[in-house]
Amino acid sequence: MGNEYILEMRGISKSFSSVKVLHEVDFRIKKGEVHALMGENGAGKSTLIKILTGIYSRDGGTVLFDGKEIRLSDALEAQKVGISTIYQEISLVGQLSVAENIYIGREIKKHGIIDWRAINQKSKELLTSLGMDIDVTKTLNSYGTAIQQMVAIARSILIDARLVIMDEATSSLDDDEVKVLFSIIRKLKAQGIAVLFISHRLSEIFEIADSLTVLKDGHLVGEYRTADLTRKELVAKMVGHDAESIVETERTYREVSGDEYLKVTGIQSGIKLRGIDLTIRRGEIVGLAGLLGAGRTELARIIFGIDRKDKGEIWIDGKPVEFKLPAHAIGRGLAFCSEDRKVEGIIPNLTIAENINIANMKKVSRFGVIRKEDQNAVAEEYIEKIRIKTTGTEQKIKNLSGGNQQKVILARWLSMKPNFIILDEPTRGIDVGAKKEIEDLIKEISGQGISILLISSEFEELIRNCDRVEVLRDGRNAGSLKGEEITENNIMSLIANGKVDEGGGISA
Amino acid sequence: MRKEQIGDISRKYGALIVLVLLIVINAVITPNFLHINTMWNILIQAFSVIVISMGMTMVIATGGIDISVGSTMALASIIFAKLLIDYQMNFVVSLFAALFASCIFGAFNGILIGVFDFQPIVASLILMISGRGIAQQFNNGVVISFYGNKFSDIGTYRIGSVVPIQVVFIVLVVLVAAFLVKKTNFGLYVQAIGDNKVASKLMGLRTALILIGTYVLCAFLAGLASVFETLRMCSADPNNIGLNVELDCIAAVAIGGTSMSGGRAVIWGTLVGALVMQLITTMMNMNNIFYAYALVIKSLIIIIALYLQKEKEA
Amino acid sequence: MNVLKSKVKISGSWIAIFVLILVPSIVYGDKFFSAVNAFNVLRQMSMIGLISIGMTCVILTAGIDLSVGATVALAAVMSAGLTEKSVFLAIFLPVLSGVFIGAVNGFVIAKLKIVPFIATLAVQMAVRGIAYIMTDIQSIPVAKSAAGFAVLGRGYFYGVPIPVIILAVVLLVMSFVCRRTPFGRSLYAIGGNEDAAKMMGIKVTRNKALAYVLTGGLSALAGVILCSRLGAGQPLSGTGWEMDAVAAVAIGGTLLSGGVGGVEKTLSGVLITALIGNIINLQGNVNTYVQQIIMGAIVLVVIIIQRRTQRKEG
Repeated sequence: MGNEYILEMRGISKSFSSVKVLHEVDFRIKKGEVHALMGENGAGKSTLIKILTGIYSRDGGTVLFDGKEIRLSDALEAQKVGISTIYQEISLVGQLSVAENIYIGREIKKHGIIDWRAINQKSKELLTSLGMDIDVTKTLNSYGTAIQQMVAIARSILIDARLVIMDEATSSLDDDEVKVLFSIIRKLKAQGIAVLFISHRLSEIFEIADSLTVLKDGHLVGEYRTADLTRKELVAKMVGHDAESIVETERTYREVSGDEYLKVTGIQSGIKLRGIDLTIRRGEIVGLAGLLGAGRTELARIIFGIDRKDKGEIWIDGKPVEFKLPAHAIGRGLAFCSEDRKVEGIIPNLTIAENINIANMKKVSRFGVIRKEDQNAVAEEYIEKIRIKTTGTEQKIKNLSGGNQQKVILARWLSMKPNFIILDEPTRGIDVGAKKEIEDLIKEISGQGISILLISSEFEELIRNCDRVEVLRDGRNAGSLKGEEITENNIMSLIANGKVDEGGGISA
Repeated sequence: MRKEQIGDISRKYGALIVLVLLIVINAVITPNFLHINTMWNILIQAFSVIVISMGMTMVIATGGIDISVGSTMALASIIFAKLLIDYQMNFVVSLFAALFASCIFGAFNGILIGVFDFQPIVASLILMISGRGIAQQFNNGVVISFYGNKFSDIGTYRIGSVVPIQVVFIVLVVLVAAFLVKKTNFGLYVQAIGDNKVASKLMGLRTALILIGTYVLCAFLAGLASVFETLRMCSADPNNIGLNVELDCIAAVAIGGTSMSGGRAVIWGTLVGALVMQLITTMMNMNNIFYAYALVIKSLIIIIALYLQKEKEA
Repeated sequence: MNVLKSKVKISGSWIAIFVLILVPSIVYGDKFFSAVNAFNVLRQMSMIGLISIGMTCVILTAGIDLSVGATVALAAVMSAGLTEKSVFLAIFLPVLSGVFIGAVNGFVIAKLKIVPFIATLAVQMAVRGIAYIMTDIQSIPVAKSAAGFAVLGRGYFYGVPIPVIILAVVLLVMSFVCRRTPFGRSLYAIGGNEDAAKMMGIKVTRNKALAYVLTGGLSALAGVILCSRLGAGQPLSGTGWEMDAVAAVAIGGTLLSGGVGGVEKTLSGVLITALIGNIINLQGNVNTYVQQIIMGAIVLVVIIIQRRTQRKEG
């Protein structure tokens, strides 16, 4: 009986300095199935995974892997028993070749010397069997995130993994890449390898997972077969309160007829951007849709003065502008919430108050000397206004959850009273509850006359929030959707074919 | 829990504990240690390292490093003495010229690092190598001495015949540095850049200017320290002044608890670190022990202090 | 694409070397362009060359070793002292002690996880201190009885200076190790992404430590050669060599941030610095200060060129 499951975790408990984060959680995965672990941020998912992979030690409970009890002390040991983890951040070495990344640590030797030819050959075969045809002698860095992740998977096959954990592995992939990843997951499954899949994208869960386990606040909610649940039911279990509001698409587009605030024409830059036009009116929420690499983030970075353009013009309030530094753009009332919060947003060791005020110190200082009371007053204002959950203004931002970090970053920009905010994937990696709050916030901001450019890979997010959606495709405008036209189907057809299906109803 | 608390304390106050231990040990074994003049001497001897490492703390807080401060000292020293003694220029003019030249070195480092994105260690390696050569070139490597001159008493001046002028400046520099770090926008920016440079740039901080400012400040302090040393020794020796001072300063900063990868600047920690280093030397001298033993002990203290402060792994 | 990139970068420094050979050959004729002078240059660079090869391995792991100069000194004085006993011991024991120093570095860095800059700085102090204590800072002459010992530093083999042969052999071996062996590749992996390297089953702690052990051994070997050349072991020798080696590595094109570079590149860096020293010597009327200034300028120029080629390629 015990052999039906590759992994059984029973009664797992864990506390961090007297706060209990896992309460006797049971978790099990059948051999060769794709199992999703679901829960909001703070539900205990990552703690459970870290206990499984040996990064944390457990306070109570047992872990059986293939029927045998294991107690791991580090991730390497986990790998040795057959548990391999694919992280969102690639855990391979970009400077080494693809083949080296697959084989290092278990080199093929001939007469005691590494047989590079055999290594390159076998890597090639392995990747081909996964449907990938790439040059394995090139450095890993020369390929994109998706391929790097596939290489990581190839490596886990090679080291005889029996359980592959994919922790938010899809969050930086575009739809096509996700498709390829899923086909590989199915191949793993066919080989009897179990996959533990963690994602914030519900659609992915329903597409790939056979069964799933839901956690909430460190407690087990239950284990289900995916086929037995609807999306709405799943969200309800995860959130534990009425989830209607977010699942039911609540549409609030408006016809915004104010003055044109920002206008860009014919933006070109290398091969990424090949001539993009865009206009945004005052108080309008414009969505930017497209696949990864369609030029969304690239366009935003050029508008904000981070990267240079080759050609094209940017106008604000009818006047041409040329920003050489973000500082210049900020001076003209622009703000940019970047997609990579950790790398491009937070200053981890500074406090919340400092993180909110740092871009606008003029307001809370005199002659370059910080006025602590002013700094805290501003911070408290925003903590209350946008409901940042924190123990106080002096807490370090790195100790907040992803959603609250995002709110602090938003507060940073809002405190500068901008005219225009670019939000690049503002809800990525954020749990359902916080997501809703941030979306509400976006609408509130636009109500104050602030224009918003919302970049999102989630069509539903665009549908819910945007007055207009501009679809990009291969660095060009593919089409524009307004009001009722903004549907998943229309966006997808524009991305796929550059035009809307018959009867889709598109504005010229 | 208790073990964790002990860990926290040693991480936060490791350097201070070492300092207190050293003082206690010396109070017991070193004759005349508890004399006020011993204290003044320790501070006078640690003067350069303390003053420069205040700037170094900020440089390191930005995630950088400046190994050219020794060469900067050489430059400031020779320019100061050359103008003051050989060219009979006004004291204030000579002082400003020396400080200005130091700032140019700092700006060179800062521009390479802030504007052109050089790795700090490589950028400051350039002036470490050639800066001393430039200083030596000014007077062909010849030492300028001015014993018995009207300026020869300034370096040993004591306020009210009690407090050495160096001590006053140490207090001043440390207070200003602490103020900068804790209370000013500049201090916040410096630490933000060290903590997350990309984010700092994207939120509109003028990272290049801030970095240039930090390196200029560090070089300025090196120049200031150098002028004092020159006055105290009554000679400008471009070949030897400030040799290895960069390493002492960096060690002081590290012992003091500022992370070498940037982030929070711990000014008081650096002060403690510099005092620890000097105390060991003084202890050896006052007990008539060959100073080479001080090197060995310092090395152990550095490693122990850093080990105690190590952030617990998550 | 990437292979191409590295080829372009290498050729950048080799073009510089070509120019550094061509121009003086025209200007000085066979005063410069002769086998005698060529071997002179090569012999002068052999010791820094050995150290730089080790330093390259350390820097590939994103580390640095500031203790190499002190290791040279300790090995040199040990070697000189041991010549009385036997030539074999005079070579073997110092190298062994270098290996031990490297092991200490490796332990403190890889096991205690203390920043390499500070760890090796501390070890540098201790090693220098020990060399002083052993000799009382006096030069130790090589014993008259050990006639054969001088061959190591001054001898020739088929007309080629022995140190040059040693350098060539070490270079060939290390080039192979870095390109083709698991240990060598792991250095790149550790410097590129240490966490990932750990997850790939690479023995990060061991291999990182080994890089320092290797550097310690090679530095000690350089110290023994130095002792043999000078006929004496000097406790003050090797001062500042760590920065010469770091400069050579940087000029060669190995990034100080780790993961990119190689020992062949470092060879070009060492060659460039040696050629410049040689040319300045031939010029005669240029003093050493100017040589320092030029060396710093070369570091600057070479790094600017590297960055431009990198940017074009990237």
